[in-house]
Amino acid sequence: MQAPVHHVIGLTTIVRERVLPVAGKVLVRLQQKVGLGDIVAETRWAREHAMLDVARMLGISANTADRLIKCKVNDRLAAGTEIAVGKGLFPRTVRVPREGRVVAVGGGQVLMEVGETKLELRAGIPGTVIEIIPDRGVVIQTAGGLAQGMWGNGRIDTGLLINLTDGPDSVLTAGRLDVSLRGSIILAGMVKDAETLQVAAELPVRGLILSSIYPSLLQKAREMRYPIIATDGFGPLAMNSVAYKLLSTNAKREVTVNAEVFDRYTGARPEVIIPLPISADPPAPRDVDTFAPGSQVRMRRPPHMGMIGSIVSIKPGLSTLPSGLRARAAEVKLENDETALVPLVNLEVVG
Amino acid sequence: MPSSLVTGNSLLAIDVGAAGTRAVLFDVIEGEYRFVASGAAPSTAEAPFKDVAEGVRNAVTNLQTVLGKNLLDDARGLITPSQPNGSGVDAVVVTLSAGPTIKTIVVGLLKDVSLESARRLAETTYTRIMDTIGLSDMRKPDQQIDSILRIRPELVVIAGGTDGGASRSIQKLLEPIGLASFLLPEEKRPAVLFAGNEKMKGEVTTLVGALASALHFSPNIRPSLDTEDIDPAEGELARMYVNIRKRQIKGVDLLDLWSGGHVLPTAYATGRMVRFLSKVYGSQKGILNVDLGASAATIAAGFRNKSVLKVYPQFGLGENLAGLLNHTTLENILRWSSLDISSGVLLDYLHQKALYPAAISATREDLVVSQAVSREALHLAMQSARRDFPQNIATIKPTLTPLFEPILAGGGALSDASRPGQSLLLLLDSIQPVGITTIILDQNNLLPLLGAAAAQNNILPVQVLESGAFLSVGTVVSPVTSAKYGTAILRAKLTYDNGTEARVDLKFGSIESLPLANGEAAKLTVQCLHGADVGFGPGRGGVIPVSGGALGVVFDGRGRPLDLPSDPVRRRELIKKWNWTLGGG
Repeated sequence: MQAPVHHVIGLTTIVRERVLPVAGKVLVRLQQKVGLGDIVAETRWAREHAMLDVARMLGISANTADRLIKCKVNDRLAAGTEIAVGKGLFPRTVRVPREGRVVAVGGGQVLMEVGETKLELRAGIPGTVIEIIPDRGVVIQTAGGLAQGMWGNGRIDTGLLINLTDGPDSVLTAGRLDVSLRGSIILAGMVKDAETLQVAAELPVRGLILSSIYPSLLQKAREMRYPIIATDGFGPLAMNSVAYKLLSTNAKREVTVNAEVFDRYTGARPEVIIPLPISADPPAPRDVDTFAPGSQVRMRRPPHMGMIGSIVSIKPGLSTLPSGLRARAAEVKLENDETALVPLVNLEVVG
Repeated sequence: MPSSLVTGNSLLAIDVGAAGTRAVLFDVIEGEYRFVASGAAPSTAEAPFKDVAEGVRNAVTNLQTVLGKNLLDDARGLITPSQPNGSGVDAVVVTLSAGPTIKTIVVGLLKDVSLESARRLAETTYTRIMDTIGLSDMRKPDQQIDSILRIRPELVVIAGGTDGGASRSIQKLLEPIGLASFLLPEEKRPAVLFAGNEKMKGEVTTLVGALASALHFSPNIRPSLDTEDIDPAEGELARMYVNIRKRQIKGVDLLDLWSGGHVLPTAYATGRMVRFLSKVYGSQKGILNVDLGASAATIAAGFRNKSVLKVYPQFGLGENLAGLLNHTTLENILRWSSLDISSGVLLDYLHQKALYPAAISATREDLVVSQAVSREALHLAMQSARRDFPQNIATIKPTLTPLFEPILAGGGALSDASRPGQSLLLLLDSIQPVGITTIILDQNNLLPLLGAAAAQNNILPVQVLESGAFLSVGTVVSPVTSAKYGTAILRAKLTYDNGTEARVDLKFGSIESLPLANGEAAKLTVQCLHGADVGFGPGRGGVIPVSGGALGVVFDGRGRPLDLPSDPVRRRELIKKWNWTLGGG
């Protein structure tokens, strides 16, 4: 049976696409080396529109209004610019309320984009540009360690990784955070209260790598300006031992926390990238594997949720689980030396 | 490619769900169509595969293993038609519910008229209504445009105007839709369905035709103020759904090719089958099918002159599960639990399960949580659907579930037939049927597949339905009454074909059952006490023939609406007792 793969890898080739949400200008060249903070593409983006109903404002027909409108599509107009003048002794005028760009004219109306802001897309990871996506962005390749997570708050940043945990099941409290951690990315275990997130914001830190996050804290975590990633899920979960080992042994290195929002359809996952020097490109990670004896797996559901194990055997046919449900299952040797019968749909290969 | 299901014998029916994909073979055995076997595999609409055909091939491969014959060739292409060596199939149909919920905007004139009809139409498939634009919308056109651009809808459903009626107002509503579409990148433009004033087709084509990714027309769903006719538009919307999925998900076009264009949304195929059943077997009572899966909770009800199809992705048990709390509370979910589960455990469950919809409960505690969630989701879906049931239908009390015969249940959360008692209690709790009804489990989730086949071959569904492919759980008697716990509310006598009798005295708050094996028939004599009503009128009894099932004849004396004790300890004890009575463990 095909197996989904959860990537936790000490050294691999990492290829990431970075694209603008709307068309813009790509600022880098093919094969250019980029740092994670480098701007690779930019665009101007207006989130608001203003509709000027010239015909109604001048009290004339749409056809007449069209003849009187002085602006055309793509004109950039300053606030107060006159775009139409009525007829008569005391003609009324129509002026643009805000600075903006004309996007449509017709039917006696003018539609403008207003409130434009500049949007800059940063590389996010240090590496080499291996593909240019015209008007949209780039594909960047780098090499290093990779630990995927389950939840992210949509932010991205980089910094020195500081390990504040005593083990995979540590709990980070506000009291552990002090000014010496300013600008760091913190390997933090679980967080149980909003105060800890707030104190981290006030330092500020550049990122939190959690084992798990309580659902009640999700809204607060989304509001934070620094990236937050949960490696294993929700509630009181210890960090899976493979991710913990990778992250804790890379403390004091520069890492990138890309707390991208999990998207099951595009494959976007929150992740920690640890750029490492290489002499030759390491192999790229496998996206799909097959369950087989010896496969290193992670449990997705209780009773051993988040735990790492190794498949001993795949059971033939359907097995009856303690819940009474029947499913294809594997016998898995857990890291605590226990053996458990686990349905295959509750497993993912780690690697 | 298969061209006709009538000339072919074997039919491969494929269902691509959010979590799982199934391949089911129907073939002619001894002159009649039969369900032969099925194979299943995880669905592959999501990354890293992003290609539903992969999961389909895996499911067909597993089916091949069961059948001991090849359906796929060496290149994993479908062998069709069937070959003299027994390999291959003659025809294919596909039902589809995988993929993200379709972001939808509904547009109409009056809030309680065309907008309401547009909403009902949108709810016949896997949509999420993100915004509503109508005459009473106080926003300026530019604010409406900004809203549309933020949402980036995949579908816009427009209704309004009786035939030959309002046109200027509709034009005004179309303007922001057209302008917003114009501003969106071409690949992000929505498909538009116009189901309003039929005289406006030309103007609609002019205003949005070139700006929509696709423009479809259906007969007016509100041809006059007091008439609503959604059925023809439902079919058009189903076609649009498949086209949207073809744009979104790789592999759907291949399935369309394999099936000669016979891909249908799973819910639509289910609705078609329920409509068919209500025409063939319809009585005064309606026919109800409930389906609870990862993609949605689907309620399909057939009444004498009208059918109702409701699809609720927000009550599905998959990726939308964490959003269930937008519609209910943790306490409401936990009231269904037979174990003392903390709200924190439940909250973690909802979020974790949303990450891995295909994962299943391995422990008893996890199963109890999962079943409590299923109960609440189906209960909410049923409550919502009831609002759109027609007025003049058979009921014991208008505020309760209408009278149905039979009630069918399918979908991942309900169709597990290994412990029918658990499934039955889940249905009794969430649907709260009244009167006397037969409960049938669609243990192989065949109903939508039969619905997909029905348009091409109307013999196959009838023959498969009568072949025993569905599991009859039994006849359920649910008196409508309110009494003190322990008060006798009903006496019943079951007279078997061999003349022997079994009796039960039903007390308020309890569940009882009498054995009547699958395939057996008996005569049920009911005497109602304390004004209890099973459909004969308050306090009135009667004699009716009943058929057997896995649990025989079940008497649910817990009253309607079901009012669970507020004391959690007592409530959990009672739930355990009811489970035990039905053999659910």
